[in-house]
Amino acid sequence: MTEPSLSQDRPAIEVKELCKNFGDNEVLKGIDFHVNQGEVVCVIGPSGSGKSTLLRCVNRLEEPTSGTILVEGVDITDPETDLDKIRTRIGMVFQQFNLFPHLNVLGNLTLAQRRAKRRGKAEAMEVARQNLEKVGLANRENAYPAQLSGGQQQRVAIARALSMNPDMMLFDEPTSALDPELVGDVLGVMRQLADEGMTMMVVTHEMGFAREVGDRVVFMDGGVVVEQGKPEDVLGNPQHERTKAFLSKVL
Amino acid sequence: MKPSTRRRLFRGVLYAIFIAAVAAVILVADWEAIRTSFLNPEVFGEQFPAIITTAAKNTIIYTVIAFIGGLLLGLALALMKLSPVAPYRWVATAYIELFRGLPALLVIFAFAFAVPIAFQWRPPGGTAGAGLIALIIVSAAYMAETIRAGIEAVPGGQLEAARSLGMNPSWTMVSVVLPQAIRIVTPPLTNELVILIKDTSLLFIAGMALNQRELTTFARDGVSQYANATPLVAAALMYLIITLPLTQLVARLEKRNKRGR
Ligand SMILES: Nc1ncnc2c1ncn2[C@@H]1O[C@H](COP(=O)(O)OP(=O)(O)O)[C@@H](O)[C@H]1O
Ligand SMILES: [Mg+2]
Repeated sequence: MTEPSLSQDRPAIEVKELCKNFGDNEVLKGIDFHVNQGEVVCVIGPSGSGKSTLLRCVNRLEEPTSGTILVEGVDITDPETDLDKIRTRIGMVFQQFNLFPHLNVLGNLTLAQRRAKRRGKAEAMEVARQNLEKVGLANRENAYPAQLSGGQQQRVAIARALSMNPDMMLFDEPTSALDPELVGDVLGVMRQLADEGMTMMVVTHEMGFAREVGDRVVFMDGGVVVEQGKPEDVLGNPQHERTKAFLSKVL
Repeated sequence: MKPSTRRRLFRGVLYAIFIAAVAAVILVADWEAIRTSFLNPEVFGEQFPAIITTAAKNTIIYTVIAFIGGLLLGLALALMKLSPVAPYRWVATAYIELFRGLPALLVIFAFAFAVPIAFQWRPPGGTAGAGLIALIIVSAAYMAETIRAGIEAVPGGQLEAARSLGMNPSWTMVSVVLPQAIRIVTPPLTNELVILIKDTSLLFIAGMALNQRELTTFARDGVSQYANATPLVAAALMYLIITLPLTQLVARLEKRNKRGR
């Protein structure tokens, strides 16, 4: 399964001294952060603390101002790196789903397989159907995004990312735009992924998910990592005032 | 006075003004002169079938050529205007500002007479062909702005989703952004098509061979031939027969897009 260049002891994602400014707004102020192979890391923190920006730096949807980001040992801040190729190995799931509205579900799942991975039509369809099965939407392959509920759209978006056979998945508040009764289905799919050993970085406000599925929880505030550790430690026995203040509000 | 009474009175005044205006036009107009000069049945009959088989046909052909040409050139200009390479943006901006700032009639005139002299080049189709090239160039400037706005109206999340899946910028543009932009710009581009139908009338300034004449040139020739304005009315009717269904279509597309949001 894994490519020969991957060694189990090298982190999947390794962020060193990452800084990111938008104009003179310092959003990330020297982040050190890593996600090991097969690990599920949940990133929590107040709105505006830079969680999304950190996540988006990892597949370079945002350009870091300074610092290094290694993905499977490859420096993605190096201008020589083939970003498109690296991105096929990093699945990303957005808060607003971002499905392609002009394509049906199968079209959404096969487009990038064909254009970026250069898979043939038959292979792309087969992979797409396997992943639809996995997220419990095998019967909706001809539906258009507008015909699906938010929860179904998000599961299609997860299946779309999985269809590239990524080595890791990034989630940016995947359930924040959903009606409460639809959250469970999406979290269920994510839990199943975690059980299968997928490497995951999840920005979330779902503390139950972080506690039960997360291997590690990272608390961010004001553009820095304030505290991190096992979920039961960070969520159950926080050491820093800011963590305590945040948790008292969300729990 | 009760508000409802006042409203009724106001409505009554508006009707009175309208009826007075219509009556004035009817009374002041010289109906006999209008009938003989504009609605002469014999002259009207003489327009057919050439007004359809030559004039309306040429109007449609010129419109289609100018529209397709303008669309392709406009798309190229829109992509240049959105290019990360600054000189492309400068060229596109200069082009768009120049040709939107000039009267189309002047550009057609320049292409028909000045360009052949300046470049020692005879465009295909003679002066009419040159005029048509001018029409393409002018309409491209307007369409470029429409297309650019359409591309920019596609939500940024669409681009991010495509790029995060590893699709390169070109494939992202072709398979994700443009298909959505086309839906957005269909109503304004259909509008552009209606404007273009009418703008083919400007080609008369280029001068045309008999079999190249479009509706307006055809009607002007008819006016001198019969010393009667009826051919203009016939041409006006033909324009409306072509444009009215299209303006209805624009209204329908706009309604559909509004619902689609
Ligand atoms: N594209 C952008 N341009 C300017 N400022 C931005 C941009 N994206 C995020 N920011 C700013 O960065 C800060 C952190 O944002 P974000 O990473 O989205 O926080 P979080 O995901 O933790 O809520 C916010 O103050 C936000 O206004
Ligand atoms: Mg965020």
